[in-house]
Amino acid sequence: MSILGTRVVRTEDPLFLTRGAVYTDDLTDERLAGALHATFVRSTVAHGTVTEVDASAAREAPGVVAVYTAADLGDLQPVPPPLPFLDAGFARPWLVPVGGRVHFVGDLLAVVLTEERYQGEDAAEAVVVDIDPLPAVIGTAASATDETVLFPEVGTNKVAAFGEPAPEDFFADCEVVVTRAIANQRVAAAPLETRAASAAWGEDGRVTIWCTNQGAQQAQGQIAGWLGLDPALVHLVTPDVGGGFGAKIGADQEYAFVAWLAKQAERPVRWTESRSENMTGMLQGRAQDQVITIGGDRDGTVKAYSLVVQQDCGAYPRIGTVLPTLTMLMAAAVYDIPKVHAQATCYATNGTSIGAYRGAGRPEATAAAERAMDLFAAEIGMDPADVRRKNFIAPFTQPFTTASGATYDSGDYAAALDRVLEAAGYADLRAEQARRRERGDVRQLGIGVSAYVEITGADSGHGTSENAELEVHPDGTATVLTGTSPHGQGHATTWAMLASEQLGIPVEKITVLHGDTDRIPDGGGTMGSRSLQQGGAAVHQAAVELVEVARKRAAELLEANPDDLEVDLVNAGLSVKGTPGVGMTWAQLAADEQLIVQTTFTANAPTFPFGAHVAVVETDVESGKAVVTRLITVDDAGTIINPLLAEGQRHGGIAQGVGQALLEEILYDEDGNPQTSTFADYPFVSATELPSFELVEMATPTPMNPLGAKGIGEAGTIGSTPAVQSAVVDSVAHLGVRHVDMPATSMRVWRAIREAQKGSTN
Amino acid sequence: MQVSMTVNGQQRTDEVEPRTLLAHHLRDNLGLTATNIGCDSTSCGACTVIVDGLTVKSCTVLALQAEGSEVTTLEGLSTDGELHPVQAAFRSEHGLQCGFCTSGMVMAAVGVLADNPNPTDREVREGLEGNLCRCTGYHNIVQAVLKAAESGPAAGQVPSSKQEVSA
Amino acid sequence: MIPAPFEYVRVSTVDEAVAALAEHGEDAKILAGGHSLLPIMKLRLAVPSVLIDISGVQELSYVRVDGDGVAIGAGTRHFELESSEVAQAEVPLLPHVASRVGDPQVRHKGTLGGTVAHCDPASDLPTALLALGATVVVQGPAGRRSIPITEFFLGFFETAMEEGELVVELRVPRTGAGGWGYEKFTRRENDWPIVAAAAVHLPDGSVGVALANMGGVVLKASAVEAALAEGKTIEEAAELAAEGTSPSSDMHADAEYRSHLARLLTKRALKVAAGETGASTAESTAA
Repeated sequence: MSILGTRVVRTEDPLFLTRGAVYTDDLTDERLAGALHATFVRSTVAHGTVTEVDASAAREAPGVVAVYTAADLGDLQPVPPPLPFLDAGFARPWLVPVGGRVHFVGDLLAVVLTEERYQGEDAAEAVVVDIDPLPAVIGTAASATDETVLFPEVGTNKVAAFGEPAPEDFFADCEVVVTRAIANQRVAAAPLETRAASAAWGEDGRVTIWCTNQGAQQAQGQIAGWLGLDPALVHLVTPDVGGGFGAKIGADQEYAFVAWLAKQAERPVRWTESRSENMTGMLQGRAQDQVITIGGDRDGTVKAYSLVVQQDCGAYPRIGTVLPTLTMLMAAAVYDIPKVHAQATCYATNGTSIGAYRGAGRPEATAAAERAMDLFAAEIGMDPADVRRKNFIAPFTQPFTTASGATYDSGDYAAALDRVLEAAGYADLRAEQARRRERGDVRQLGIGVSAYVEITGADSGHGTSENAELEVHPDGTATVLTGTSPHGQGHATTWAMLASEQLGIPVEKITVLHGDTDRIPDGGGTMGSRSLQQGGAAVHQAAVELVEVARKRAAELLEANPDDLEVDLVNAGLSVKGTPGVGMTWAQLAADEQLIVQTTFTANAPTFPFGAHVAVVETDVESGKAVVTRLITVDDAGTIINPLLAEGQRHGGIAQGVGQALLEEILYDEDGNPQTSTFADYPFVSATELPSFELVEMATPTPMNPLGAKGIGEAGTIGSTPAVQSAVVDSVAHLGVRHVDMPATSMRVWRAIREAQKGSTN
Repeated sequence: MQVSMTVNGQQRTDEVEPRTLLAHHLRDNLGLTATNIGCDSTSCGACTVIVDGLTVKSCTVLALQAEGSEVTTLEGLSTDGELHPVQAAFRSEHGLQCGFCTSGMVMAAVGVLADNPNPTDREVREGLEGNLCRCTGYHNIVQAVLKAAESGPAAGQVPSSKQEVSA
Repeated sequence: MIPAPFEYVRVSTVDEAVAALAEHGEDAKILAGGHSLLPIMKLRLAVPSVLIDISGVQELSYVRVDGDGVAIGAGTRHFELESSEVAQAEVPLLPHVASRVGDPQVRHKGTLGGTVAHCDPASDLPTALLALGATVVVQGPAGRRSIPITEFFLGFFETAMEEGELVVELRVPRTGAGGWGYEKFTRRENDWPIVAAAAVHLPDGSVGVALANMGGVVLKASAVEAALAEGKTIEEAAELAAEGTSPSSDMHADAEYRSHLARLLTKRALKVAAGETGASTAESTAA
């Protein structure tokens, strides 16, 4: 009986639940004995010229071994901007020098090394910093004016631009045209584990760096490059990671800094940031201002759609700069709209830099398309589910290229919608909604429907391929080396399942290793929902290849014809057909010669999971507060290898979508001071704001890999965010409200109701 | 200053600063790193441990405040290698992903069940309002706590000195 | 993340606490549950040089009927108040509000005296105490004295306590079967209130109404109370809830919305207190 498709509990858990996982701050490696603690001094001003950084008092503070300011960086070379097309003027210094400009609250000014952890904060406080403030630029609208140019050497705040404006007559043939400016607000990734890194130099001249990240190989390459080191000298190890969500892709300059500090101090150095540091220092997500325009006929046919994006890149442009290209690629979403236009412009501001966050550019596309569909539906007085059905791309099993230029692999959007509506009891919900509206209840029902498709396994720096190594040992156990980088996804369990499927070795006897560049020099990490469809497929392929290697070896040893040998899963080996007692186990075959395979799997192309969500909210129309009472989802990611883990990924994604739709936003005051830099101020969604979710099954395999699997890690977020936003708007639509920006806080809803009732256009 | 306490059944006396947080004392002085620190505003609950039968956020307790107390951390929850009902349920229901919130979540769940041995879904969520998780969406955590409740009063107890966890 | 260094003193009686306060002067702070004080010390917004730990002072932990009132020791923790049978019978508003503070872990440590001394304008229990017309008993070098709660909260994190005094007891009327309502409006269940309204029918026939987070301190909704005393309806009286308040605008809500919430929540709390709505207070605005 196949193990694939069964609910296998995680092999990671016994350790995680008893001793606890070992995160970077937990490490007790002997190479870190006697480590110093690094504490950074960060700017508390968003934009200004540094006039003083005086470390003299700090150098005298208890336990201080050294303090570095920009003047003390010696041979450290400036780091070029992370993307090749970026103007060199956008580069981020290691530490902002006197005379230089800080660009966000959290920018680095100095770093202190102390003997003990607690001394670090005391010493950092003793560094005297003086900054002459300059006007802060918050948000893309302010940035676009170039009234305050943030990087004088560049001369403009515009970082990049993609696409062209729509032609004037783009909507000329539409009976109805609706346009709206909407926000996809800045949010924090907020993994529970903050950033941390430790470094120790060996006598052999190599440095070992432990850091929390989503791909050791990429981080190694970056750090080596920034420090001007031969990558062979950098041994990067990824300990257990407490969540990443995209914000831990690659290395941050602080990680490289820790390695450099260890070299200077000639002692190991450890660094763990506080949550407050994290809420300003770690890459944040989304931050797109969008203008959506949708046009079509009154019968519900959409003829043209335009999405214009202004992307806030934050202080020093990073990966957030190119995410709008994914937004543009996915602009057509699930719809067969003849004319789709997308355009994006990216701006620097005085906020934290923007990076990838669960979905990374694709949630923004879906949220925009879904909002547009709902606005169109409201304008023509049609049910939002019906409008969607009318415009879906028809079911397809062969590649389909959209008007945005994306080629989807397989999809049946109408079926997904039908399934979710049935599971939700859509007709009953509408009936209940009607009853409450009739009665004028204080608590009104809102039903939000979303349909989505997203791109997974896209090239995020490693093509569409992944490596795996599989070895069976003489004692019958096996080891898998993978180039992925799990941080909660359960790869150790799932990759073991994939190997077990081919070999019959029990999952508990298969160890999966990742994240050590000495053992696994090449790998693509875990991001963009690529891991199963590329990394898992590689493990599967390695297992299949190992069977063939073993077969040839067994044939020789048994003096049998290889075709007469068949896989014997029960005994974990090969046996002669027709003679079950005669054969050899993998363990036996490994006794005298290593039984090992290294392989690379390359997928033809990315894959496109899809689905549909229904969110039900209850809104108190007197206060504006909306509560999610039900969340029903279809998330079709092709073949499911471990349903238990796949559901977990959906749950987590859904919750983050609810968080963005209802609660979360990173806010700055007009001087660029963060208003939401602790978990008390930043409304990170908790258990009491969420219902239990209702997951509906649907699996349309993809031809892009032998497993038939698409990525599932981000899909839940992409579907739930617009569904919840839509539900909130729907709950007060009868009062005249057409739109509420995310997060749809009670205040925003209350205000929207008031304005609608006053008769002002909403 | 000196502080003495019993941690997971073991008597300890150590030297601490007055400002040493119990969380750091457990992690850095006693090497019990299962308890994690996820925030600096007493919000996330990843640091939850049980002190004298009550769940507390160890990042907001001074080590000195635990003088003479019985402290139980995640490491002290299983007996002779056998998982506590809450630990077992978290595994069977997939109530953890990255694991960072898990130590505090499990300890808080033990506290919830001590207070309320047969909670509803809603009561579990309210009982865990002080524990944040970014990975699971809480769905399976709630399932795990409800599952643990099925195994009876042991789900709300800690083994180290057979003490009952009080409300 | 880490408090600045300080000295630590542990006491086991109130007299010792008073003596320690006298010895160490104005840079000393009382540490009870620590869940108001330690968070701000960790962010270094407060930097006392000495902490006097009174969590071991047994004599401060009690809930008992005392004549026509209920006396509650300042060291009583929120979870103890929540589950106190005496409090549930005699002044049910209070144990309910105690159950709404923060989360279970916080309630295991936070004390009534601590939250009163901390004087946060957005805190739940001081709001309830204000509605109840409580009395704060403090003790210092000059002995014990009682301060009506209406004179206790002076300003933003500022109380009427003199140097060297600490809160030792809270006294509240026995409202018994008298109606009460507590409407706490939050974004998430365990947040501080954006606005909260407490209403309670007092033994003398009047109705006490107080608001959280409508100014620099918790506030009595005096205009509402007066209107009710004049015989106005709940709707009419609640309309006046924002009078005399100075709500701030912050990332959670602006002043206009806060004023609206004050009126709405006051109306709802009064209706629940009057038995006019079937819903329990916890249902109307919470998730």
